[in-house]
Amino acid sequence: MASESELNAGIEDGVRRRDFINIAAVSFAGVGSVAVVLPLLNQMNPSADVLALSTTEIDISAIQPGQAIKTSWRKQPVFVRNLVAKEIAEAKAVPLGDLRDPETIDQRTKPGKENWLITLGVCTHLGCVPLGAAEGENKGDFGGYFCPCHGSHYDTAARIRKGPAPKNLVVPPYEFNSDTVVTIG
Amino acid sequence: MSFPWAKPYEPTHPLMKWMDEKLPIPRLVYNATGPGYPVPRNLNYFWNFGVLAGAALMIQIITGIVLAMHYAANASVAFNSVEHIMRDVNAGWFIRYAHMNGASMFFIVVYLHIFRGLYYGSYKAPREMVWLLGVVIFLLMMATAFMGYVLPWGQMSFWGAQVITGFFSAIPIVGEPVREWLLGGFVPDNATLNRFFSLHYLLPFVILGVIILHIWALHIPGSSNPTGIEVKDEQDTVPFHPYYTAKDGFGVGIFLLIFVALTFFSPNALGHADNYIPANSLSTPAHIVPEWYFLPFYAILKAFTFNFLWIDAKLWGVIAMFGSIALLFFLPWLDSSPIKSSNYRPLYRIFFWILVVDVLLLGWCGMQPAEQPWVILSQLGAIYYFAHFLVILPIVSRIERPLPMPNSITEAVLAKHATDTASASATA
Repeated sequence: MASESELNAGIEDGVRRRDFINIAAVSFAGVGSVAVVLPLLNQMNPSADVLALSTTEIDISAIQPGQAIKTSWRKQPVFVRNLVAKEIAEAKAVPLGDLRDPETIDQRTKPGKENWLITLGVCTHLGCVPLGAAEGENKGDFGGYFCPCHGSHYDTAARIRKGPAPKNLVVPPYEFNSDTVVTIG
Repeated sequence: MSFPWAKPYEPTHPLMKWMDEKLPIPRLVYNATGPGYPVPRNLNYFWNFGVLAGAALMIQIITGIVLAMHYAANASVAFNSVEHIMRDVNAGWFIRYAHMNGASMFFIVVYLHIFRGLYYGSYKAPREMVWLLGVVIFLLMMATAFMGYVLPWGQMSFWGAQVITGFFSAIPIVGEPVREWLLGGFVPDNATLNRFFSLHYLLPFVILGVIILHIWALHIPGSSNPTGIEVKDEQDTVPFHPYYTAKDGFGVGIFLLIFVALTFFSPNALGHADNYIPANSLSTPAHIVPEWYFLPFYAILKAFTFNFLWIDAKLWGVIAMFGSIALLFFLPWLDSSPIKSSNYRPLYRIFFWILVVDVLLLGWCGMQPAEQPWVILSQLGAIYYFAHFLVILPIVSRIERPLPMPNSITEAVLAKHATDTASASATA
């Protein structure tokens, strides 16, 4: 064993060689651990095949006014609804200040196609599929969609009006290819 | 550590002496669950539930390992592989039903174990660490049970995964990325099923590890007892073996009787018929509810239907639900009364039973659809639950005047014996 004075020999700034080696070794091990942990965490993120942006084409020609269909995009349900004039008028009549997540129906549809309401069929509360797209299903207190899991009510523009959900049903990115074909994604 | 009068381990056989020098496992067993571990002489049957929980865990691990030999964790075949276990694998139906109902039995005994602790003040000094580790075990159990329920990939599996991972999306800003990270996609799918299977296999062994810590922490002060008075001398205790090995063995017999009755005569009584429909990501079952053991917490989640302050309803629900369990970590410091047993706490005892009723009420509300009057009942139940721990308990423990206490465990036992013989001779 080297004595204290031997260890401190030739040091003016109070830092011993051993302190430096200690800090360098621990720091290196720390950086190394982080470098190993990152891929171990990142492997859980959606993989490339899941992320591969799938697009879905839908033929909407058969959807009569007042009807809705349920289709899927990236394995998530999508509602395509052909609104009637009364439903659009109802949605427009609501003052924005009354909404939890204020958006007009124009912001949620494409210009000139405001009868086509296309949203994800995923309740923004905890992800159940709301009812109201199929014939005879409960449309909730506001004539749009109703989520039976925890009782969220959406209006005719699929905006949250009552219940625990924080947001309106999400409008996915989509384009009209023609008057009867829509591409989602 | 043990009491000074604990019987020392003295191996006589040369093989046992040799073993004791090399790897003293027999010594460990002798001092932990054998004649070398003195235990209060007055434990009642509520002290069986720790051993019963251990038995339930072992049943789950054994049946689970066997099921994993036949199950396929792939979204396209998982449902069918469970049906294959039910119909084709030799005795597969028995092993799966045992595993399904074993989970329920595990939760039943753990809930009784927890309420035993609440009634007899087992969470108080010097056993706070035992309680804290117990809450950790409870959380791990909930995670394990949830992920196990996803594996059959039925409708309830799928939508349970969707809703429960949805809790994380309530976290501001990072919520949605965290949810996608947990799922490995945008909806529960093959990646989700695979990781849940991996973790469902891992967590029971983590639970086993924490149970060892739980028992280690327990064995430092030793078991509490129905009087809540600490052990003072040798006459307050009896050796664990043969006294409590026998008493626990009897309890395990009753436990197994109920367990096999459930497994053989009504194996699906506690399940949901919807889970025998394969997962469909486009259609939510009309009425989705979690397994019965999550219902009180689910009711607390559903109680928040309105935005309050600057936090939205969804986040409130999730905070309250996790908070209702996290609260248990603070229990040893919320109850400042030095008296442990409710037998000597006339006021706390009343509120204890109200809490029991409240949790049962929340459980009932959790089963119901999100309509009135269930919403308002869940709200009242949730308010009372939090009030019990945060308001009532701290006040009661300050103002309560406890009943007169016996001086020792032995005195309490002999006094009870005297009244019992007196009443016996009076009736004779």
